[in-house]
Amino acid sequence: MAAVQRPSMDDVLPRVGREAALAGLVTLALTATMVGLHTVPGAQSRLTLEFRFGDVLMAVVLVFFGRMALAFTREGFPAYGLGIGVLIVAGSLLYPGLPTVVEIMGVGAGAIVGINAVWRLARPMRPDRPPPKTSAQLMDDVAAWVQRQSVVIGVVGVAFAIALPFLFPDRSSIDLATLVMTYIMLGWGLNIVVGLAGLLDLGYVAFYAVGAYSYGLLAQYFDFSFWLCLPLAGLLAAFAGLILGFPVLRLRGDYFAIVTLGFGEIIRVVLQNWSSFTGGPDGIASIPRPSFFGIAEFTSAPEADGLPSFHTLFGLEFTPLHRLIFLYYLILILALVVNAVSLRIRRLPLGRSWEALREDDVACQSLGINRRNIKLAAFTISAMFGGFAGSFFATRQGFISPESFTFIESAIVLAIVVLGGMGSQTGVVLAAILIIGMPELFRELEEYRMLIFGAAMVIIMVWRPRGLLAHRVPTVTLHGGRRKGGPSPGQRPEQVPAE
Amino acid sequence: MILTVDNVHTFYGAIEALRGVSLEVDEGEIVTLIGANGAGKSTLLMTICGNPQARSGQIVFDGETITRTPTFQIVRKGIAQSPEGRRIFPRMTVLENLQMGALTSDPAHFDGDLERIFALFPRLRERSGQRGGTLSGGEQQMLAIGRAMMSRPRLLLLDEPSLGLAPMIVKQIFEVIEDINREQGVTVFLVEQNAFHALRLATRGYVMVNGEITLTGTGAELLSNEEVRAAYLEGGH
Repeated sequence: MAAVQRPSMDDVLPRVGREAALAGLVTLALTATMVGLHTVPGAQSRLTLEFRFGDVLMAVVLVFFGRMALAFTREGFPAYGLGIGVLIVAGSLLYPGLPTVVEIMGVGAGAIVGINAVWRLARPMRPDRPPPKTSAQLMDDVAAWVQRQSVVIGVVGVAFAIALPFLFPDRSSIDLATLVMTYIMLGWGLNIVVGLAGLLDLGYVAFYAVGAYSYGLLAQYFDFSFWLCLPLAGLLAAFAGLILGFPVLRLRGDYFAIVTLGFGEIIRVVLQNWSSFTGGPDGIASIPRPSFFGIAEFTSAPEADGLPSFHTLFGLEFTPLHRLIFLYYLILILALVVNAVSLRIRRLPLGRSWEALREDDVACQSLGINRRNIKLAAFTISAMFGGFAGSFFATRQGFISPESFTFIESAIVLAIVVLGGMGSQTGVVLAAILIIGMPELFRELEEYRMLIFGAAMVIIMVWRPRGLLAHRVPTVTLHGGRRKGGPSPGQRPEQVPAE
Repeated sequence: MILTVDNVHTFYGAIEALRGVSLEVDEGEIVTLIGANGAGKSTLLMTICGNPQARSGQIVFDGETITRTPTFQIVRKGIAQSPEGRRIFPRMTVLENLQMGALTSDPAHFDGDLERIFALFPRLRERSGQRGGTLSGGEQQMLAIGRAMMSRPRLLLLDEPSLGLAPMIVKQIFEVIEDINREQGVTVFLVEQNAFHALRLATRGYVMVNGEITLTGTGAELLSNEEVRAAYLEGGH
């Protein structure tokens, strides 16, 4: 770009107009039936069609102007883009009688195109300067930075997670934090199979279910306590992982995904239909809550089952929050254990072999790696973590039924792993907060929240196709004298040219 | 004999890719197998490594029958393969790729082995922190050979190391192969389409046509053989 010439408005206008009109047309085609036609129960319980031209029109207008603003900005007229953005925001806020959701979308869209324009205004293209970094490149830098600073970020994150119940000491915040933490743990567990070993597992919920039902059933039939059941649930889930592992050993790619999907459904259907043993669709109710490490119970009475209550033991005022906070810390500890184990394994030959399997399984075999064993190991370890999470889920809810273990759960956990960036531990945290936290925060928007959620997923995957924090830091380097995780320590420092 | 392949038949489904192949590799030799595209050269290498396994016949390595041994154990016995198309791990760094090769060998040898590989391929030292996928074709081939050498093999199987490389680089690669054989005492079994370079290097050679061995002789004999010249040398050079 030796001589950047400012294009003339006459050239740009038809192009921008065409682009905006085309985008509007596409929107019209998409929304005409999906938004425009609405079935309502009419007289004599018959369905009648209702036409919502207004909604379609609003969508088309919004897309038309939004696209126009983006196009102007791109063609070198960011001021026009900014103007249209401001108009969209103002119009959405001021036009009387707009539904709330349209208002929110309008303001959001206007803000996005406006910010895009301001960005360009602030950094005009100049021939003597390298072109500004695209947002994707910026995000690459962010991802690399996050991975490099993972220790610091981890410490700050854990400190925040520990302080959280005291910063927001109310029931709904702690419940939400516990939920998010459960999914972080599931995400970290699944990350071993999907992110590291590169095997697309669509049935992870099966192990979650095995863990939950292990605890539920052992407690129901044998009156086992949570602290006894937690390791047992992990073992049983690991065993389930091993059983699933064998038939899928020879499979790859799509076939592998389908079999795991089937396995997830089989577990659920068995739980649903084996009524005499599992309670069938009614599930298992009144699953016992965990005690405080077998020392104290969380009851309002000063004593129960021969154990003192938590508040009398520690001389506190009774509040039901104690149990919730305890549960939160429990899942926090479980999740951190999963994380620590994953990070450790990653540096061992086993973890490396998983990565090799992901990258090229033929080469992997020709290096003397036993594919069968490492696949089974990935499956078993990941299933065990799922089982721990499942038994936690059972004790937290106090009630489980097959309904909690549908395919959508597997899909959500998989989405967390993929969205975060395959194999990235920090990415899982970020994605879990986004995927679980966001819909909870936008609950007021009712059914539209899923729309926004879907849009956000699409945007992220277009913008960062390999996940938010996809960046792999090498585990060994020659320079610096100290190698982490290498087969032998002590390498003489070498000069390695910067990449 | 370090490797004996005796009347081996290999099938892909109903298709017979190897029709009774027999050959021998002696300790310390460089043996070359040449042949046209689709003759079954790569299939033979893969069969030696046990993937796919031979349907009938026998493969003996160092006095031990390995026809039915699983691939990963064959590698542990001392056969390393640099597979067709290099197949390095693109997202791992050069150093990590080399480490993967050392997975089956004693960690105590690691530093020394690494130095040996870097001495053979100084380029790999320069690139040690770089991802495998960002290397040039020639460097990737060096990495594939280096990775195979990290398992301290007694027999090194090389599948078309010259594939898609510039003539200059091909020459370098073949010099290193000679080095590996002469200096480090590793027996080399080389599969090549680039018959000229391969035969010049080889102690002995075999020619494969349609899954069968049709000719054998020393490298020099095959180089001067009329049929070989007509089929594999004249057109290409």
